[in-house]
Amino acid sequence: MPAISAAANEELRLKAKKLRQDVLTMVHQAGSGHPGGALSVLDILVILYYKVMRVDPHNYRDPQRDRLVLSKGHACPALYAVLADKGFFPARHLKTLRRLGSPLQGHPDMHKTPGVEMSTGSLGQGLSVANGMALAARLDKSPRRVYAIMGDGEIQEGQIWEAAMTAAHYCLDNLTAFLDYNGLQIDGWTRDVKTLEPIVEKWRAFGWHTLEVDGHDYASLLEAIRRAQVNKGAPTMIIAHTVKGKGVSFMENQINWHGRAPDAAEYARALKELKN
Amino acid sequence: MAEKTGIILPAEMATREAYGLALRELGRRRDKIVVLDADLSQSTHTALFAAEFPLRFFNLGIAEADMIGTAAGLAANGYVPFASTFGVFATGRVYDQIRNSVAYTRLNVKIAASHTGLTVGEDGASHQTLEDIALMRVLPNMTVVVPADARQTFLAVEAVANYEGPVYLRLGRPKIPRAVPPEMPFELGKAQVLREGSALLLVATGIMVGRALQAAAMLDREGLQAAVLNMHTIKPLDEDLLIAMARKTGAVVTAEEHSIIGGLGGAVAEVLAENCPRPLVRVGVKDTFGESGSPEALLQKYGLTAEDIAAAGKKALRKK
Ligand SMILES: Cc1ncc(C[n+]2csc(CCOP(=O)(O)OP(=O)(O)O)c2C)c(N)n1
Ligand SMILES: [Mg+2]
Repeated sequence: MPAISAAANEELRLKAKKLRQDVLTMVHQAGSGHPGGALSVLDILVILYYKVMRVDPHNYRDPQRDRLVLSKGHACPALYAVLADKGFFPARHLKTLRRLGSPLQGHPDMHKTPGVEMSTGSLGQGLSVANGMALAARLDKSPRRVYAIMGDGEIQEGQIWEAAMTAAHYCLDNLTAFLDYNGLQIDGWTRDVKTLEPIVEKWRAFGWHTLEVDGHDYASLLEAIRRAQVNKGAPTMIIAHTVKGKGVSFMENQINWHGRAPDAAEYARALKELKN
Repeated sequence: MAEKTGIILPAEMATREAYGLALRELGRRRDKIVVLDADLSQSTHTALFAAEFPLRFFNLGIAEADMIGTAAGLAANGYVPFASTFGVFATGRVYDQIRNSVAYTRLNVKIAASHTGLTVGEDGASHQTLEDIALMRVLPNMTVVVPADARQTFLAVEAVANYEGPVYLRLGRPKIPRAVPPEMPFELGKAQVLREGSALLLVATGIMVGRALQAAAMLDREGLQAAVLNMHTIKPLDEDLLIAMARKTGAVVTAEEHSIIGGLGGAVAEVLAENCPRPLVRVGVKDTFGESGSPEALLQKYGLTAEDIAAAGKKALRKK
């Protein structure tokens, strides 16, 4: 039996369509930002925030909430769209993205945006922070769980592998990490810039319970997350195969959509696709 | 606190050793104190805490960047982490981690560096950080504390734990004599007048405080009354007291076991230049790396003795 019913799956699919539109609207209005990586990570955020994480938008500082560290901070438009939709802050803030005085900074700021657990933007640091949060949960004897999301290019950073060793050494089974494996970074395909492969073997060798899923398939994602939740003694890495720019045909797998905003015509085309 | 807890500190003790004792003491009273180290727990003396509170001690291995990030995560979730290693690895090596995950986030992380300055000694230049105060001082939200002796370290650890926000605590390797009267309380950001004098002001930090007092005694024998100010908190700098004393004395010397660029001398120069320009001479390492040698030989070679401070005092007076 799939981890998710057909009706629930359809609901998430529609939700994601709407959120993808929000992402493009925000980045278009801001005139800058990172649509590619936001669209690739979006379904991971959707499954986490709508089916998995125990967070309360109206009590978002509840000490017993689950935590998410978006280590690939440049994808924050996706996180902001989800947080606004969940009611962490008014949706009207979305159009202030990247503007002077906005609560929505170009990269996540934990003090400015309700629901953001950690300020990120300098790649490679989030997994260590998530480890610290997981250790804190353990010291508190709390069942809360910690989630971290990394980009594939991001894990070229050495600190990720320091943190990978730490999580395994301390048996952080309350930690679930995702690799948004869209294959692209800024200067090209990760396999050309500096390959990550063999990636599953690497995480296994580092002592992680490692799963591979289609990062746009809710049932697979949810099943992997459930398996992570019951796995004991080791952190889980979910290698999520994704498509950079997912959902907008002319952005998919295109390197130039890493860090540029759609102009008016492109925005209209994208929205039309997403409304279908 | 030292007296209250029955811990009697000897007349000579390394500040890192006092740190280890203070941390263990703190751990006994506060269960949110956690300690992180990067394979140097014997040297940093965090091993004392580790032995008593193994579940609240995390050795990250030789992975300083990861240590800072882990500390940030613990702080974000209600703990008060003290992260320790040698000064070079605790600051420059992990500068971006401190900048983005600790200072920008204003997380309650305490970075306590055990081996700083020339007195690291025989290990040589690779291990002698002479720029850490400058690096930490320039970061918004960061507090920078350099205790003058072991007892002051004991008090500073308590004050730093009570303060909410990122702190860099600069400690040292060698045993050093008492410099601050034992009954003197410690308050973050409040410099201490250890000696009054009207001719000249000696502003010192860390191990140079004791040397500044010696220098003041030397000058006194020549009829020059120098005041001595212990600037144990370099950020936020006690500007009011500094300005008042600079006005009163009219000539200033700074003394630090650090580059003369960007550290105490830099901070004092900035404040004086803007508020009350007075002749200033900076005693410290003159824009160069260190080398191997005994701590005392190094301090002599690089011009960080009491005699050097006294000579700098006379130079400042000539510029009056
Ligand atoms: C430490 C650091 N170096 C460089 C950058 C600039 N940068 C921003 S995004 C990016 C590429 C990220 O690629 P990936 O992790 O694969 O993210 P995604 O494909 O999901 O956008 C780079 C190099 C950065 N933010 N941080
Ligand atoms: Mg990528």
